[in-house]
Amino acid sequence: MIFFKTASMGFPDFVHVITAPRTLAAYRLSFGTAFVSACINAVFGVIVAWVLVRYSFPGKRIVDALVDFPLALPTAVAGIALTELYTPTGWVGQYLQAAGIKGAFTPFGITIALTFIGLPFVVRTIQPVLEDIDPQIEEAAASLGANRWQTLTKVIFPVIVPAVLTGVTLAFARGIGEYGSVIFIAGNMPMKTEIAPLLIMTKLEQYDYTGATAIAIGMLVISFLLLAAANFFQWLTSRNLGKA
Amino acid sequence: MGIELKNVYKKFGDFKALDDVSLKVDDGELLALLGPSGSGKTTLLRVVAGLDFFDEGQVLFSGRDAQNQKARERGVGFVFQHYALFRHMTVFDNIAFGLNVQPRKTRPSRQEIRAKVMELLKLVQLEWLAERYPWQLSGGQRQRIALARALAVRPKVLLLDEPFGSLDAQVRKELRAWLRRFHDEFHITTIFVTHDQEEALEVADRIVVMNKGRIEQAGTPEDVYHNPVNAFVLSFLGNVNFFHCRLEEGKAVIGNTTLEVPGLSVDKPQPAKLYVRPNQFKVSRVFSKAAFKAVVEYVNPAGTIVKINLKTESGERIYVEITQEELKQLKIRKQEKVYVSLKDVSYSEYVKDNS
Repeated sequence: MIFFKTASMGFPDFVHVITAPRTLAAYRLSFGTAFVSACINAVFGVIVAWVLVRYSFPGKRIVDALVDFPLALPTAVAGIALTELYTPTGWVGQYLQAAGIKGAFTPFGITIALTFIGLPFVVRTIQPVLEDIDPQIEEAAASLGANRWQTLTKVIFPVIVPAVLTGVTLAFARGIGEYGSVIFIAGNMPMKTEIAPLLIMTKLEQYDYTGATAIAIGMLVISFLLLAAANFFQWLTSRNLGKA
Repeated sequence: MGIELKNVYKKFGDFKALDDVSLKVDDGELLALLGPSGSGKTTLLRVVAGLDFFDEGQVLFSGRDAQNQKARERGVGFVFQHYALFRHMTVFDNIAFGLNVQPRKTRPSRQEIRAKVMELLKLVQLEWLAERYPWQLSGGQRQRIALARALAVRPKVLLLDEPFGSLDAQVRKELRAWLRRFHDEFHITTIFVTHDQEEALEVADRIVVMNKGRIEQAGTPEDVYHNPVNAFVLSFLGNVNFFHCRLEEGKAVIGNTTLEVPGLSVDKPQPAKLYVRPNQFKVSRVFSKAAFKAVVEYVNPAGTIVKINLKTESGERIYVEITQEELKQLKIRKQEKVYVSLKDVSYSEYVKDNS
Protein backbone atom coordinates (compact mmCIF):
# COMPACT_ATOMS: atom_id res chain seq x y z
CA MET A 1 0.00 0.00 0.00
CA ILE A 2 2.63 2.45 1.16
CA PHE A 3 4.78 1.59 -1.84
CA PHE A 4 1.91 2.00 -4.34
CA LYS A 5 0.89 5.31 -2.88
CA THR A 6 4.45 6.54 -2.92
CA ALA A 7 5.03 5.28 -6.45
CA SER A 8 2.39 7.74 -7.67
CA MET A 9 4.59 10.69 -6.78
CA GLY A 10 7.59 9.97 -9.00
CA PHE A 11 11.19 9.52 -7.97
CA PRO A 12 12.43 13.16 -8.00
CA ASP A 13 9.57 14.25 -5.77
CA PHE A 14 10.24 11.30 -3.48
CA VAL A 15 13.88 12.26 -3.09
CA HIS A 16 12.83 15.84 -2.54
CA VAL A 17 10.46 14.90 0.30
CA ILE A 18 12.80 12.59 2.15
CA THR A 19 15.80 14.87 1.85
CA ALA A 20 13.96 17.98 2.96
CA PRO A 21 15.80 19.49 5.96
CA ARG A 22 12.75 19.02 8.18
CA THR A 23 12.46 15.33 7.26
CA LEU A 24 16.16 14.71 7.74
CA ALA A 25 16.06 16.42 11.13
CA ALA A 26 13.12 14.22 12.14
CA TYR A 27 14.93 11.07 10.99
CA ARG A 28 18.05 12.04 12.85
CA LEU A 29 16.05 12.73 15.98
CA SER A 30 14.01 9.54 15.82
CA PHE A 31 16.90 7.20 15.11
CA GLY A 32 19.33 9.10 17.30
CA THR A 33 17.19 9.20 20.44
CA ALA A 34 16.03 5.60 19.90
CA PHE A 35 19.66 4.51 19.60
CA VAL A 36 20.86 6.41 22.65
CA SER A 37 17.98 5.20 24.80
CA ALA A 38 18.54 1.61 23.63
CA CYS A 39 22.19 1.93 24.69
CA ILE A 40 21.18 3.30 28.08
CA ASN A 41 18.77 0.40 28.43
CA ALA A 42 21.53 -2.06 27.57
CA VAL A 43 23.39 -0.95 30.71
CA PHE A 44 20.43 -0.54 33.05
CA GLY A 45 18.57 -3.52 31.67
CA VAL A 46 21.52 -5.79 32.46
CA ILE A 47 21.79 -4.34 35.95
CA VAL A 48 18.06 -4.67 36.66
CA ALA A 49 17.93 -8.21 35.28
CA TRP A 50 21.04 -9.18 37.26
CA VAL A 51 19.60 -7.86 40.50
CA LEU A 52 16.26 -9.57 39.88
CA VAL A 53 17.91 -12.91 39.11
CA ARG A 54 20.73 -13.02 41.61
CA TYR A 55 19.54 -11.21 44.69
CA SER A 56 16.59 -11.68 46.94
CA PHE A 57 15.28 -8.67 48.80
CA PRO A 58 11.96 -7.61 50.29
CA GLY A 59 9.59 -6.41 47.58
CA LYS A 60 11.44 -8.23 44.83
CA ARG A 61 8.21 -9.51 43.28
CA ILE A 62 6.78 -6.02 43.18
CA VAL A 63 9.89 -4.69 41.46
CA ASP A 64 9.74 -7.62 39.08
CA ALA A 65 6.13 -6.76 38.23
CA LEU A 66 6.98 -3.06 37.88
CA VAL A 67 9.38 -3.86 35.05
CA ASP A 68 6.38 -4.58 32.84
CA PHE A 69 4.69 -1.36 33.88
CA PRO A 70 5.75 0.68 30.82
CA LEU A 71 4.18 -1.99 28.61
CA ALA A 72 0.89 -1.96 30.46
CA LEU A 73 0.59 1.79 30.79
CA PRO A 74 -1.17 3.51 27.86
CA THR A 75 1.64 5.37 26.12
CA ALA A 76 -0.22 8.67 26.23
CA VAL A 77 -0.53 8.41 30.01
CA ALA A 78 3.16 7.65 30.26
CA GLY A 79 3.90 10.62 28.02
CA ILE A 80 1.85 13.07 30.05
CA ALA A 81 3.23 11.75 33.34
CA LEU A 82 6.81 12.00 32.16
CA THR A 83 6.19 15.52 30.81
CA GLU A 84 4.77 16.54 34.18
CA LEU A 85 7.84 15.15 35.93
CA TYR A 86 10.38 16.76 33.64
CA THR A 87 8.96 20.23 32.97
CA PRO A 88 11.04 22.96 34.65
CA THR A 89 8.52 23.04 37.51
CA GLY A 90 8.04 19.25 37.74
CA TRP A 91 9.30 16.93 40.51
CA VAL A 92 12.42 15.95 38.63
CA GLY A 93 12.56 18.87 36.22
CA GLN A 94 13.11 21.49 38.90
CA TYR A 95 16.38 19.86 39.94
CA LEU A 96 17.47 19.48 36.36
CA GLN A 97 16.60 23.12 35.82
CA ALA A 98 18.75 24.02 38.82
CA ALA A 99 21.60 22.05 37.27
CA GLY A 100 21.11 23.92 34.02
CA ILE A 101 19.60 20.98 32.12
CA LYS A 102 16.32 21.20 30.32
CA GLY A 103 14.29 18.03 30.69
CA ALA A 104 11.03 18.23 28.81
CA PHE A 105 10.75 19.61 25.26
CA THR A 106 14.33 18.63 24.27
CA PRO A 107 15.92 15.56 22.61
CA PHE A 108 17.02 14.67 26.14
CA GLY A 109 13.36 14.49 27.17
CA ILE A 110 12.57 12.26 24.21
CA THR A 111 15.43 9.96 25.20
CA ILE A 112 14.04 9.72 28.72
CA ALA A 113 10.62 8.71 27.40
CA LEU A 114 12.10 6.11 25.04
CA THR A 115 14.32 4.68 27.77
CA PHE A 116 11.26 4.28 29.98
CA ILE A 117 9.34 2.54 27.22
CA GLY A 118 12.23 0.31 26.14
CA LEU A 119 13.46 -0.99 29.50
CA PRO A 120 11.12 -4.00 29.81
CA PHE A 121 12.20 -5.31 26.42
CA VAL A 122 15.82 -5.49 27.51
CA VAL A 123 15.15 -6.81 31.01
CA ARG A 124 12.74 -9.50 29.86
CA THR A 125 15.06 -10.87 27.19
CA ILE A 126 18.12 -10.99 29.46
CA GLN A 127 16.39 -12.39 32.53
CA PRO A 128 15.84 -15.96 31.32
CA VAL A 129 19.38 -16.20 29.98
CA LEU A 130 20.83 -15.05 33.28
CA GLU A 131 18.62 -17.49 35.15
CA ASP A 132 20.07 -20.17 32.93
CA ILE A 133 23.65 -19.42 33.95
CA ASP A 134 24.84 -21.82 36.60
CA PRO A 135 26.36 -19.78 39.46
CA GLN A 136 28.92 -22.55 39.62
CA ILE A 137 30.61 -21.34 36.46
CA GLU A 138 31.48 -18.17 38.34
CA GLU A 139 32.89 -20.25 41.16
CA ALA A 140 34.79 -22.31 38.63
CA ALA A 141 36.30 -19.13 37.19
CA ALA A 142 37.23 -17.93 40.67
CA SER A 143 38.87 -21.20 41.62
CA LEU A 144 40.89 -21.00 38.39
CA GLY A 145 42.27 -17.67 39.51
CA ALA A 146 40.03 -15.19 37.69
CA ASN A 147 39.11 -11.98 39.50
CA ARG A 148 35.58 -10.52 39.46
CA TRP A 149 36.20 -8.38 36.41
CA GLN A 150 37.66 -11.26 34.41
CA THR A 151 34.79 -13.50 35.44
CA LEU A 152 32.34 -10.85 34.27
CA THR A 153 34.00 -10.05 30.94
CA LYS A 154 35.19 -13.51 29.97
CA VAL A 155 32.52 -15.77 31.45
CA ILE A 156 29.24 -13.90 31.96
CA PHE A 157 29.16 -11.30 29.19
CA PRO A 158 29.92 -13.61 26.29
CA VAL A 159 26.95 -15.73 27.30
CA ILE A 160 24.45 -12.90 27.70
CA VAL A 161 25.61 -10.69 24.81
CA PRO A 162 23.24 -12.26 22.25
CA ALA A 163 20.30 -11.70 24.61
CA VAL A 164 21.41 -8.13 25.32
CA LEU A 165 21.60 -7.50 21.58
CA THR A 166 18.14 -8.93 21.04
CA GLY A 167 16.72 -6.83 23.86
CA VAL A 168 18.45 -3.69 22.67
CA THR A 169 17.25 -4.29 19.12
CA LEU A 170 13.69 -4.66 20.35
CA ALA A 171 13.95 -1.53 22.47
CA PHE A 172 15.49 0.33 19.56
CA ALA A 173 12.77 -0.81 17.16
CA ARG A 174 10.12 0.21 19.65
CA GLY A 175 11.84 3.55 20.13
CA ILE A 176 11.86 4.36 16.43
CA GLY A 177 8.16 3.90 16.13
CA GLU A 178 7.13 5.24 19.52
CA TYR A 179 4.54 7.99 19.24
CA GLY A 180 2.21 8.33 22.19
CA SER A 181 4.67 8.74 25.02
CA VAL A 182 6.97 11.02 23.04
CA ILE A 183 4.76 13.70 21.55
CA PHE A 184 3.93 15.21 24.92
CA ILE A 185 7.43 15.43 26.30
CA ALA A 186 8.98 16.35 22.93
CA GLY A 187 7.30 19.70 22.47
CA ASN A 188 7.30 18.98 18.73
CA MET A 189 9.27 21.96 17.46
CA PRO A 190 10.05 21.39 13.76
CA MET A 191 13.76 20.89 13.15
CA LYS A 192 14.39 20.49 16.86
CA THR A 193 12.14 18.08 18.65
CA GLU A 194 9.85 16.77 15.95
CA ILE A 195 10.06 12.98 15.60
CA ALA A 196 9.52 11.22 12.28
CA PRO A 197 6.24 9.49 13.21
CA LEU A 198 4.80 12.89 14.17
CA LEU A 199 5.93 14.35 10.88
CA ILE A 200 4.02 11.58 9.13
CA MET A 201 0.92 12.44 11.17
CA THR A 202 1.33 16.11 10.33
CA LYS A 203 1.55 15.34 6.60
CA LEU A 204 -1.54 13.15 6.84
CA GLU A 205 -3.48 15.90 8.56
CA GLN A 206 -2.51 18.19 5.71
CA TYR A 207 -3.86 15.61 3.23
CA ASP A 208 -0.33 15.15 1.88
CA TYR A 209 -0.71 11.38 1.67
CA THR A 210 2.14 10.78 -0.72
CA GLY A 211 4.46 12.92 1.38
CA ALA A 212 3.51 10.92 4.47
CA THR A 213 4.07 7.59 2.78
CA ALA A 214 7.40 8.73 1.36
CA ILE A 215 8.67 9.51 4.85
CA ALA A 216 7.24 6.21 6.02
CA ILE A 217 9.17 4.36 3.33
CA GLY A 218 12.33 6.12 4.37
CA MET A 219 11.82 4.90 7.93
CA LEU A 220 10.88 1.46 6.74
CA VAL A 221 14.04 1.01 4.73
CA ILE A 222 16.36 2.38 7.39
CA SER A 223 14.71 0.32 10.12
CA PHE A 224 14.90 -2.77 8.00
CA LEU A 225 18.59 -2.31 7.30
CA LEU A 226 19.38 -1.64 10.94
CA LEU A 227 17.45 -4.65 12.15
CA ALA A 228 19.03 -6.86 9.53
CA ALA A 229 22.44 -5.69 10.69
CA ALA A 230 21.56 -6.32 14.32
CA ASN A 231 20.30 -9.79 13.52
CA PHE A 232 23.42 -10.61 11.59
CA PHE A 233 25.56 -9.52 14.49
CA GLN A 234 23.45 -11.58 16.87
CA TRP A 235 23.84 -14.63 14.71
CA LEU A 236 27.57 -14.04 14.64
CA THR A 237 27.88 -13.94 18.42
CA SER A 238 25.46 -16.71 19.22
CA ARG A 239 26.40 -19.39 16.73
CA ASN A 240 29.07 -20.81 19.02
CA LEU A 241 27.08 -20.77 22.20
CA GLY A 242 25.49 -24.08 21.57
CA LYS A 243 22.33 -25.40 23.04
CA ALA A 244 22.57 -26.15 26.71
CA MET B 1 50.15 -29.62 50.47
CA GLY B 2 48.71 -30.72 53.77
CA ILE B 3 45.37 -29.37 54.93
CA GLU B 4 44.06 -29.19 58.44
CA LEU B 5 40.62 -28.26 59.72
CA LYS B 6 40.21 -27.44 63.38
CA ASN B 7 36.78 -27.42 65.02
CA VAL B 8 34.99 -26.00 62.00
CA TYR B 9 31.34 -25.02 62.31
CA LYS B 10 29.04 -23.90 59.52
CA LYS B 11 25.33 -23.20 59.69
CA PHE B 12 22.81 -22.47 56.96
CA GLY B 13 20.01 -20.86 58.95
CA ASP B 14 19.17 -23.45 61.60
CA PHE B 15 20.73 -26.28 59.66
CA LYS B 16 24.11 -27.41 60.95
CA ALA B 17 26.07 -28.22 57.80
CA LEU B 18 29.35 -28.66 59.65
CA ASP B 19 29.29 -29.39 63.35
CA ASP B 20 32.69 -29.32 65.02
CA VAL B 21 34.65 -30.89 62.19
CA SER B 22 38.35 -31.53 62.69
CA LEU B 23 40.33 -33.29 60.01
CA LYS B 24 43.91 -33.59 58.87
CA VAL B 25 44.69 -34.34 55.25
CA ASP B 26 48.27 -35.36 54.61
CA ASP B 27 50.32 -34.10 51.72
CA GLY B 28 49.79 -36.30 48.67
CA GLU B 29 46.86 -38.18 50.13
CA LEU B 30 43.80 -39.32 48.20
CA LEU B 31 40.91 -38.84 50.58
CA ALA B 32 37.24 -39.67 50.13
CA LEU B 33 34.49 -37.81 51.96
CA LEU B 34 31.68 -40.31 52.17
CA GLY B 35 28.19 -39.71 53.46
CA PRO B 36 24.51 -39.47 52.61
CA SER B 37 23.18 -36.28 51.05
CA GLY B 38 22.95 -33.48 53.58
CA SER B 39 25.79 -34.91 55.64
CA GLY B 40 27.96 -31.85 55.04
CA LYS B 41 30.55 -33.45 52.80
CA THR B 42 30.14 -31.01 49.92
CA THR B 43 30.09 -28.07 52.34
CA LEU B 44 33.36 -29.30 53.80
CA LEU B 45 34.86 -29.44 50.32
CA ARG B 46 33.63 -25.94 49.50
CA VAL B 47 35.01 -24.59 52.75
CA VAL B 48 38.43 -25.99 51.85
CA ALA B 49 38.13 -24.45 48.38
CA GLY B 50 37.19 -21.06 49.80
CA LEU B 51 33.82 -21.09 48.03
CA ASP B 52 31.90 -21.18 51.30
CA PHE B 53 32.85 -19.52 54.53
CA PHE B 54 32.67 -21.20 57.89
CA ASP B 55 31.30 -19.64 61.07
CA GLU B 56 33.86 -20.84 63.56
CA GLY B 57 37.11 -22.77 63.58
CA GLN B 58 40.25 -22.77 61.49
CA VAL B 59 41.38 -24.05 58.10
CA LEU B 60 45.12 -24.42 57.67
CA PHE B 61 46.98 -24.90 54.40
CA SER B 62 50.46 -26.28 55.08
CA GLY B 63 50.07 -25.05 58.63
CA ARG B 64 49.09 -21.50 57.59
CA ASP B 65 45.70 -20.01 58.30
CA ALA B 66 43.72 -19.75 55.05
CA GLN B 67 40.89 -17.68 56.51
CA ASN B 68 41.68 -14.56 54.50
CA GLN B 69 42.63 -16.30 51.29
CA LYS B 70 40.02 -16.02 48.57
CA ALA B 71 39.18 -18.99 46.38
CA ARG B 72 41.39 -17.73 43.58
CA GLU B 73 44.39 -17.33 45.85
CA ARG B 74 44.30 -20.79 47.36
CA GLY B 75 45.87 -22.76 44.54
CA VAL B 76 43.02 -25.19 44.61
CA GLY B 77 41.65 -27.07 41.62
CA PHE B 78 37.91 -27.65 41.96
CA VAL B 79 35.93 -30.02 39.79
CA PHE B 80 32.20 -29.46 40.03
CA GLN B 81 29.59 -32.15 40.02
CA HIS B 82 28.00 -30.79 36.87
CA TYR B 83 31.38 -29.81 35.42
CA ALA B 84 30.59 -26.06 35.15
CA LEU B 85 32.42 -25.80 31.83
CA PHE B 86 32.30 -22.46 30.01
CA ARG B 87 29.86 -23.25 27.23
CA HIS B 88 30.87 -20.40 24.95
CA MET B 89 34.47 -21.57 24.87
CA THR B 90 36.07 -24.47 23.05
CA VAL B 91 37.57 -27.29 25.04
CA PHE B 92 40.97 -25.73 24.38
CA ASP B 93 39.92 -22.33 25.70
CA ASN B 94 38.25 -23.91 28.71
CA ILE B 95 41.47 -25.60 29.73
CA ALA B 96 43.54 -22.52 28.91
CA PHE B 97 41.26 -20.25 30.97
CA GLY B 98 43.18 -20.54 34.22
CA LEU B 99 46.40 -19.66 32.40
CA ASN B 100 44.89 -16.84 30.35
CA VAL B 101 43.55 -14.99 33.38
CA GLN B 102 46.90 -14.89 35.13
CA PRO B 103 48.45 -11.44 35.49
CA ARG B 104 50.64 -10.52 32.55
CA LYS B 105 53.83 -10.90 34.58
CA THR B 106 53.32 -14.54 35.44
CA ARG B 107 51.26 -15.56 32.43
CA PRO B 108 52.98 -18.09 30.16
CA SER B 109 53.45 -17.23 26.50
CA ARG B 110 50.91 -18.32 23.89
CA GLN B 111 53.12 -21.21 22.79
CA GLU B 112 53.63 -22.33 26.36
CA ILE B 113 49.88 -22.23 27.02
CA ARG B 114 49.24 -24.16 23.84
CA ALA B 115 51.81 -26.80 24.80
CA LYS B 116 50.42 -27.06 28.32
CA VAL B 117 46.82 -27.46 27.13
CA MET B 118 47.79 -30.13 24.61
CA GLU B 119 49.74 -31.94 27.31
CA LEU B 120 46.69 -31.93 29.57
CA LEU B 121 44.42 -33.08 26.78
CA LYS B 122 46.81 -35.94 26.22
CA LEU B 123 46.74 -36.75 29.91
CA VAL B 124 42.95 -37.09 29.82
CA GLN B 125 43.18 -38.83 26.43
CA LEU B 126 41.03 -36.34 24.55
CA GLU B 127 43.52 -34.53 22.26
CA TRP B 128 41.15 -34.81 19.33
CA LEU B 129 38.45 -32.75 21.05
CA ALA B 130 40.41 -29.49 21.42
CA GLU B 131 38.24 -27.47 19.04
CA ARG B 132 34.88 -28.83 20.16
CA TYR B 133 32.43 -27.04 22.40
CA PRO B 134 31.29 -28.52 25.73
CA TRP B 135 27.78 -29.24 24.45
CA GLN B 136 29.25 -31.48 21.79
CA LEU B 137 30.80 -33.80 24.39
CA SER B 138 29.50 -36.75 26.36
CA GLY B 139 29.26 -36.65 30.16
CA GLY B 140 32.47 -38.60 30.68
CA GLN B 141 34.36 -36.40 28.26
CA ARG B 142 33.08 -33.25 29.96
CA GLN B 143 34.20 -34.58 33.31
CA ARG B 144 37.69 -35.23 32.01
CA ILE B 145 37.86 -31.76 30.45
CA ALA B 146 36.77 -30.26 33.77
CA LEU B 147 39.62 -32.18 35.40
CA ALA B 148 42.12 -31.00 32.81
CA ARG B 149 40.93 -27.42 33.30
CA ALA B 150 41.42 -27.66 37.06
CA LEU B 151 44.88 -29.17 36.60
CA ALA B 152 46.06 -26.46 34.20
CA VAL B 153 46.85 -24.03 37.01
CA ARG B 154 49.01 -26.63 38.78
CA PRO B 155 46.85 -26.77 41.90
CA LYS B 156 48.43 -27.89 45.13
CA VAL B 157 45.14 -29.48 46.09
CA LEU B 158 42.56 -31.11 43.87
CA LEU B 159 38.96 -31.10 45.07
CA LEU B 160 36.32 -33.14 43.33
CA ASP B 161 32.62 -32.84 44.12
CA GLU B 162 30.83 -36.10 43.28
CA PRO B 163 33.12 -36.40 40.26
CA PHE B 164 31.49 -39.48 38.82
CA GLY B 165 27.99 -38.98 40.20
CA SER B 166 26.14 -38.32 36.98
CA LEU B 167 27.92 -40.79 34.71
CA ASP B 168 26.78 -44.23 33.68
CA ALA B 169 28.26 -47.27 35.41
CA GLN B 170 30.81 -48.24 32.78
CA VAL B 171 32.29 -44.75 32.35
CA ARG B 172 32.28 -44.31 36.09
CA LYS B 173 34.41 -47.43 36.58
CA GLU B 174 36.90 -46.31 33.92
CA LEU B 175 37.26 -42.83 35.37
CA ARG B 176 37.66 -44.18 38.88
CA ALA B 177 40.56 -46.35 37.79
CA TRP B 178 41.96 -43.42 35.83
CA LEU B 179 41.81 -41.14 38.88
CA ARG B 180 43.61 -43.72 40.98
CA ARG B 181 46.36 -44.12 38.35
CA PHE B 182 46.61 -40.38 37.93
CA HIS B 183 47.03 -39.90 41.64
CA ASP B 184 49.64 -42.62 41.92
CA GLU B 185 51.62 -40.82 39.25
CA PHE B 186 51.33 -37.19 40.38
CA HIS B 187 50.60 -37.38 44.11
CA ILE B 188 48.55 -34.19 44.28
CA THR B 189 46.67 -33.95 47.55
CA THR B 190 43.16 -34.90 46.47
CA ILE B 191 39.83 -34.83 48.27
CA PHE B 192 36.75 -36.19 46.58
CA VAL B 193 33.17 -36.26 47.73
CA THR B 194 30.98 -39.26 47.08
CA HIS B 195 27.89 -40.97 48.38
CA ASP B 196 28.93 -44.22 46.72
CA GLN B 197 30.67 -46.45 49.28
CA GLU B 198 32.02 -48.75 46.59
CA GLU B 199 33.72 -45.82 44.90
CA ALA B 200 35.25 -44.62 48.16
CA LEU B 201 36.46 -48.10 49.13
CA GLU B 202 37.96 -48.68 45.71
CA VAL B 203 39.75 -45.40 45.07
CA ALA B 204 40.69 -43.70 48.31
CA ASP B 205 43.75 -44.00 50.55
CA ARG B 206 41.60 -42.94 53.42
CA ILE B 207 37.87 -42.54 53.92
CA VAL B 208 36.12 -39.97 56.06
CA VAL B 209 32.56 -41.01 56.82
CA MET B 210 30.26 -38.09 57.54
CA ASN B 211 26.75 -37.85 58.90
CA LYS B 212 24.70 -34.83 59.95
CA GLY B 213 27.64 -32.45 59.71
CA ARG B 214 29.93 -34.55 61.84
CA ILE B 215 32.77 -36.91 61.07
CA GLU B 216 31.77 -40.38 62.23
CA GLN B 217 34.99 -42.13 61.39
CA ALA B 218 38.18 -41.56 59.43
CA GLY B 219 40.43 -44.40 58.41
CA THR B 220 41.72 -46.63 55.64
CA PRO B 221 39.07 -48.38 53.54
CA GLU B 222 39.96 -51.63 55.26
CA ASP B 223 39.67 -50.04 58.66
CA VAL B 224 36.27 -48.41 58.21
CA TYR B 225 34.87 -51.48 56.52
CA HIS B 226 36.05 -54.05 59.04
CA ASN B 227 36.21 -51.98 62.22
CA PRO B 228 33.33 -49.53 62.03
CA VAL B 229 33.04 -47.39 65.14
CA ASN B 230 29.26 -47.32 65.07
CA ALA B 231 26.19 -48.68 63.39
CA PHE B 232 25.94 -45.75 60.99
CA VAL B 233 29.38 -46.33 59.50
CA LEU B 234 28.70 -50.02 59.34
CA SER B 235 25.42 -49.73 57.51
CA PHE B 236 26.66 -47.00 55.20
CA LEU B 237 29.57 -49.12 54.00
CA GLY B 238 27.66 -51.93 52.43
CA ASN B 239 24.64 -54.08 53.15
CA VAL B 240 24.11 -55.39 56.62
CA ASN B 241 21.52 -57.51 58.43
CA PHE B 242 20.27 -56.31 61.75
CA PHE B 243 18.86 -58.38 64.64
CA HIS B 244 17.62 -57.70 68.12
CA CYS B 245 19.18 -60.37 70.28
CA ARG B 246 20.50 -61.39 73.64
CA LEU B 247 24.21 -61.95 73.82
CA GLU B 248 25.65 -64.70 75.96
CA GLU B 249 29.11 -66.22 76.13
CA GLY B 250 29.83 -67.34 72.53
CA LYS B 251 26.15 -67.16 71.62
CA ALA B 252 23.47 -64.86 70.35
CA VAL B 253 19.87 -65.64 71.15
CA ILE B 254 17.52 -64.33 68.49
CA GLY B 255 13.91 -65.14 69.17
CA ASN B 256 13.91 -68.83 70.03
CA THR B 257 17.01 -69.64 68.00
CA THR B 258 20.40 -69.73 69.61
CA LEU B 259 23.23 -69.01 67.19
CA GLU B 260 26.84 -69.64 67.92
CA VAL B 261 29.06 -66.61 67.59
CA PRO B 262 32.69 -67.68 67.36
CA GLY B 263 35.02 -65.64 69.53
CA LEU B 264 32.31 -63.68 71.35
CA SER B 265 32.91 -63.06 74.99
CA VAL B 266 30.56 -61.13 77.24
CA ASP B 267 30.68 -60.31 80.92
CA LYS B 268 27.08 -61.15 81.51
CA PRO B 269 24.15 -61.99 79.26
CA GLN B 270 22.47 -58.84 77.99
CA PRO B 271 20.24 -57.55 75.21
CA ALA B 272 22.01 -56.18 72.16
CA LYS B 273 21.73 -55.19 68.52
CA LEU B 274 23.59 -57.48 66.20
CA TYR B 275 24.85 -56.51 62.76
CA VAL B 276 25.88 -59.15 60.28
CA ARG B 277 27.25 -58.63 56.76
CA PRO B 278 25.67 -60.74 54.01
CA ASN B 279 28.86 -62.76 53.54
CA GLN B 280 29.16 -63.60 57.24
CA PHE B 281 26.44 -66.24 57.11
CA LYS B 282 26.93 -69.90 56.48
CA VAL B 283 24.16 -71.53 54.50
CA SER B 284 23.73 -75.29 54.84
CA ARG B 285 21.28 -78.06 54.04
CA VAL B 286 22.27 -80.00 57.14
CA PHE B 287 20.14 -79.55 60.22
CA SER B 288 21.78 -77.78 63.12
CA LYS B 289 20.34 -76.56 66.36
CA ALA B 290 22.50 -73.47 66.25
CA ALA B 291 20.98 -72.22 63.01
CA PHE B 292 17.96 -70.40 61.64
CA LYS B 293 15.55 -72.55 59.74
CA ALA B 294 14.74 -70.48 56.69
CA VAL B 295 12.99 -70.59 53.32
CA VAL B 296 14.71 -69.36 50.19
CA GLU B 297 12.67 -66.52 48.72
CA TYR B 298 14.94 -65.46 45.90
CA VAL B 299 18.28 -66.50 44.39
CA ASN B 300 20.20 -64.21 42.05
CA PRO B 301 23.28 -65.94 40.69
CA ALA B 302 24.11 -63.16 38.17
CA GLY B 303 27.47 -61.65 39.06
CA THR B 304 30.60 -62.75 40.86
CA ILE B 305 28.65 -63.44 44.02
CA VAL B 306 25.26 -65.06 44.54
CA LYS B 307 22.61 -63.00 46.28
CA ILE B 308 19.99 -64.81 48.29
CA ASN B 309 16.96 -63.54 50.16
CA LEU B 310 15.79 -65.75 53.00
CA LYS B 311 12.88 -65.72 55.39
CA THR B 312 13.26 -67.34 58.79
CA GLU B 313 10.57 -69.27 60.60
CA SER B 314 9.93 -66.32 62.85
CA GLY B 315 9.40 -64.13 59.81
CA GLU B 316 12.70 -62.23 59.77
CA ARG B 317 14.22 -61.51 56.40
CA ILE B 318 17.93 -62.13 55.86
CA TYR B 319 20.03 -61.07 52.91
CA VAL B 320 22.92 -63.45 52.30
CA GLU B 321 25.76 -63.52 49.80
CA ILE B 322 27.62 -66.73 48.96
CA THR B 323 30.17 -67.63 46.31
CA GLN B 324 29.34 -69.33 43.02
CA GLU B 325 31.23 -72.44 44.25
CA GLU B 326 29.10 -72.63 47.37
CA LEU B 327 25.99 -72.38 45.21
CA LYS B 328 27.23 -75.24 43.04
CA GLN B 329 27.62 -77.44 46.11
CA LEU B 330 24.37 -76.42 47.75
CA LYS B 331 22.22 -76.30 44.62
CA ILE B 332 19.56 -74.35 46.41
CA ARG B 333 16.46 -73.10 44.66
CA LYS B 334 13.50 -70.97 45.48
CA GLN B 335 11.13 -72.23 48.22
CA GLU B 336 13.65 -74.75 49.54
CA LYS B 337 14.47 -75.00 53.24
CA VAL B 338 17.98 -74.22 54.44
CA TYR B 339 19.82 -73.69 57.73
CA VAL B 340 21.66 -70.45 58.32
CA SER B 341 24.33 -70.01 60.94
CA LEU B 342 26.89 -67.33 61.69
CA LYS B 343 30.50 -67.37 60.60
CA ASP B 344 31.23 -64.04 62.12
CA VAL B 345 29.62 -60.83 63.31
CA SER B 346 30.45 -57.35 62.07
CA TYR B 347 29.41 -55.31 64.99
CA SER B 348 27.28 -55.57 68.06
CA GLU B 349 25.95 -52.89 70.28
CA TYR B 350 24.54 -53.36 73.75
CA VAL B 351 21.21 -51.82 74.50
CA LYS B 352 19.74 -51.03 77.86
CA ASP B 353 17.54 -53.77 79.20
CA ASN B 354 14.02 -52.47 79.21
CA SER B 355 12.30 -55.62 80.35
